[in-house]
Amino acid sequence: MIDRDMAPLLQVSDLSRHYGGQVGCEDVSFELYPGEVLGVVGESGSGKTTLLKCIAGLLPPSAGTVSFDTRVDGPRDIYAMSEPERRMLMRTDWGIVFQNPREGLRMNVSAGANVGERLMAVGARNYGEIRGNAVDWLTKVEMDLGRIDHLPETFSGGMQQRLQIARNLVTQPRLVFMDEPTSGLDVSVQARLLDLIRGLVRQLGIACVVVTHDLGVVRLLSHRLMVMRGGRVVEHGLTDQVLDDPQHPYTQLLVSSILPV
Amino acid sequence: MTQPSQTSDVEEMIQVEGLSKGFTLHNQGGIRIPVLENVSFTVKRGECVVLAGASGSGKSTLLRSIHANYLAEAGSILVRHDETWVDLVGAPPHLVLDIRERTLGHVSQFLRVIPRIGALDLVAQPLLTRGFDETAAQRRAEEMLERLAIPRALWALPPATFSGGEQQRVNIAMTFARDYPILLLDEPTASLDAGNRQAVIDLIVEARDRGVAIVGIFHDAFVRDAVGTRTYTVDSARKAA
Amino acid sequence: MDGTPNAATPETLAGYNFAYLDEQTKRMIRRATLKAVAIPGYQVPFGSREMPLPYGWGTGGIQVTASIIGVEDTLKVIDQGADDTTNAVNIRRFFAKTAGVATTEKTAEASIIQTRHRIPEEPLRADQIIVYQVPQPEPLRFIEPREAETRKMHALSEYGIMHVGLYEEIAHFGRITQGYNYPVQVDDRYIMAPSPIPKFDNPKMDHMPALQLFGAGREKRIYAVPPHTKVKSLDFEDHPFTIESWEQTCALCGSEESYLDEVITDDRGSRLFVCSDSDYCRTRRDAGHEGSGLPVPAEPDTTASEPAGESS
Repeated sequence: MIDRDMAPLLQVSDLSRHYGGQVGCEDVSFELYPGEVLGVVGESGSGKTTLLKCIAGLLPPSAGTVSFDTRVDGPRDIYAMSEPERRMLMRTDWGIVFQNPREGLRMNVSAGANVGERLMAVGARNYGEIRGNAVDWLTKVEMDLGRIDHLPETFSGGMQQRLQIARNLVTQPRLVFMDEPTSGLDVSVQARLLDLIRGLVRQLGIACVVVTHDLGVVRLLSHRLMVMRGGRVVEHGLTDQVLDDPQHPYTQLLVSSILPV
Repeated sequence: MTQPSQTSDVEEMIQVEGLSKGFTLHNQGGIRIPVLENVSFTVKRGECVVLAGASGSGKSTLLRSIHANYLAEAGSILVRHDETWVDLVGAPPHLVLDIRERTLGHVSQFLRVIPRIGALDLVAQPLLTRGFDETAAQRRAEEMLERLAIPRALWALPPATFSGGEQQRVNIAMTFARDYPILLLDEPTASLDAGNRQAVIDLIVEARDRGVAIVGIFHDAFVRDAVGTRTYTVDSARKAA
Repeated sequence: MDGTPNAATPETLAGYNFAYLDEQTKRMIRRATLKAVAIPGYQVPFGSREMPLPYGWGTGGIQVTASIIGVEDTLKVIDQGADDTTNAVNIRRFFAKTAGVATTEKTAEASIIQTRHRIPEEPLRADQIIVYQVPQPEPLRFIEPREAETRKMHALSEYGIMHVGLYEEIAHFGRITQGYNYPVQVDDRYIMAPSPIPKFDNPKMDHMPALQLFGAGREKRIYAVPPHTKVKSLDFEDHPFTIESWEQTCALCGSEESYLDEVITDDRGSRLFVCSDSDYCRTRRDAGHEGSGLPVPAEPDTTASEPAGESS
């Protein structure tokens, strides 16, 4: 559960990103506590992916700061860190699950090696232990262990996403970013993946930022919800409160647009 | 965190003060529907306050506002959380979640199912974060499902395919398995037959007699009489306006 | 290493600068080489020139040799350990004609040894330089095709990926199968491709008294290992680096220690195991060592004896 006695894990202040004259995202501020899951919703072009890239260290913001509570030095502005420090952080204490598994996986090495890579990157040099960890994590994401030496290329979309999750969680990060983790998957596969993510996030107490356009995803996963439009946050609050009692005209439109099942 | 307002009574668990709530429908010409206007009442330990009022008078809205599921427009909703008073209106989300986790139980009319999780786990899992070990949580969950007459054959199955009454009983089991000091009940017996209705009544009465502060909506007069200690009538702001 | 063009002697070709390359180019290559020596294992880009032989035949090695060779030097060139292969013979002849330097097949007599695919068996000395011909200088390339990214990985010492390659081999074959171009870490810093030498030769690179220079002509990179520098072959704790070994000894000189080539001697698969280092083998034979001289029968066809149905 959310640990409110600790300092915020991530503190985003007045973050803006412009592309020339175009606004990517504008004036976004929020805090994320250990174990907390934040959903970010909005239609295509609302700036949610730009925001995710900025806070995940992939795209320097035009203005504002992103501060992460590092294990050793406490809160640090991630863009004031040196590049090696930031890359190390991204490989260890952070995870990123991409919408497109090709961005997040090495397609030309086996599933086991994909999971083991982050361990080897932080100095693991014992094959047996690396292999054991890979087996362990592939089990946790419900992969058939018979596929451990197969290339991700041969996997279904749902399996590739589960492999991405295992690959990210193996170093036990405290913060994971997810960009549309379930889009493009069959509904039944989506449900399984969501349930898996939900279970892992709760068990391991990982804080998460989940960007999606699917309100069902945030309803299930996130504690808190930010609604974005035109690069700005138009509404921000408890997930169920934002979805059941939306205040902003755009959120009301969004909520009323859900097709009933 | 807010300090106890005016006459602080150790027995009080909920203090609603001047609560107003309406809805503005921006996509329908911005019309505003007022529902609650200046509502004030308190609930003490061991009390079961029955919300009364005509259909549409705002009973559910009031209950949902106390659960912070609806955003109050004015007033305050104080709940006693860890022996301090917290105003749910304007409380930061993680604090609200913590209050819901440990203080404020809620039984809604419908079970929000989670795909792939069996009924037993659904009841047992939340107990694990509350000091129960695996076996104790399991035992407690079994006990609750048994009391609520969920057939053992269904325990391992996700409740998505259960009947309405079964889903509702799983929902009740989830909430009553945990010892919340405050319970909000929104028609907990709506789709139950007489036998199951009695099981739920027993649970509510036990909780009340243990000192749990309860606020509920009960359409069924039999249930109302069996569990209620006091009635609070919600006046429709619309009628008043 | 004077800068004057050759006065044609009976042995050298008229009209060419000493050692073929013009002096500006040699200076440029020497600067790159000095930088490479200063940063062991780091790949220094250089303006590789067109040479009168095709890429893949040693254009990188030949340019490095041309830049460091002087009139006093004695050059040895080997290809797969042998002095008498086409590539070796031609490069030796090239320098004899364009620089007029002495050439030799004796490892001990050479001051510069240019090599493709082997390090001589005889330990090298501090007054010698070995020049490796390198086809692919980037050890990270097999897994990361982007040059910008591999440079960043080198800069930040992000080398976990190298072990991913070794992991894959163990996962698929139960052991590390990489037999040549086996990646090494130089001076606890840069990961380096040792060029396609057999891993048998990797331990020779460690703390070698001779200067080691690497030239990749097509890829336009020079790198180096200074004398007495630590060179470690990558491995796992539970799968340590090992070198090849043979049950056979050299059929010609009887050596039990050298890297053996397998030569098929007839159409029934009989094989002869002989030293890959031709100078080493001859030196031993001259000193009176003798092998069996006999071919080894073909390996029994193990696949045929397996029960049908198990193999697929």
